[in-house]
Amino acid sequence: MGQLASFIVLSIVTLTAAVVVVTSGNIVRSALSLIPTFLGVTGFYILLQAEFVAGIQVLIYAGAITVLILFVIMLTEGGTGLRFRQVNEQVPLGLLAAAVLAAILIVVFVSTPWPKTAGELPQYTAAPIGNMFLTSMVLVFESTSLVLLVSLIGAIIIARRER
Amino acid sequence: MHVGLTHFLVVSSLLFCLGLYAMLTRRNVVAILMGIELMLNAANINLIAFNKYVAPAALNGQVFALVVITLAACEAGVGLALVMSAYRNLETIHVDEINVMKW
Repeated sequence: MGQLASFIVLSIVTLTAAVVVVTSGNIVRSALSLIPTFLGVTGFYILLQAEFVAGIQVLIYAGAITVLILFVIMLTEGGTGLRFRQVNEQVPLGLLAAAVLAAILIVVFVSTPWPKTAGELPQYTAAPIGNMFLTSMVLVFESTSLVLLVSLIGAIIIARRER
Repeated sequence: MHVGLTHFLVVSSLLFCLGLYAMLTRRNVVAILMGIELMLNAANINLIAFNKYVAPAALNGQVFALVVITLAACEAGVGLALVMSAYRNLETIHVDEINVMKW
């Protein structure tokens, strides 16, 4: 019962903040609304017993990415962007596309019988995740680190001021 | 009534469609990137919910979610560097005004 109540509260927080993100005319307000959205998603992860992923989500999304987005807003438009029109002329079309896709997805998700295999999640997931990353998932781990390095160098070169 | 897999899937599909709406209707590149972040978060909720409710013995879903978070950070870094570069050269970050193919 408490699980259902916390799920409902987390859904309301996440979806309300996400609606503010996508509809607000003030670009700084929508960037700051990303923080409650990401923290609500963190709550979902904790409900799903993924405490390590929840910690990483707070560090990277709510911390780093939001700050990066705010920096770029301040460096480009020099403020809230209220002087500009923020939406293009596709609002009815975009609304229609999003609503149709949401309806299709929800109907499919509700009507599909999902299988369930036996087994339990481990009590603490951080150590098994680390073991997996360094044994069976080591190729994924190494290629992810390579992509990180390449995108770091690429971001520096692209954003560097030309002389 | 327990919280099941379907609850999480419905919330994540709503989050995904909000991100899609932001991508389709926003003029500002930074707002489009925010929509992409919302869509990646919806995908992560799906991965972790399937991990718990469909195959709880394997931790593949959480590992994939961690990889997706890492790649989302890469994407945000490179995307925002491109935004900075476009603003420096064209002095606009509205996608319907960035329409030159060659400088």
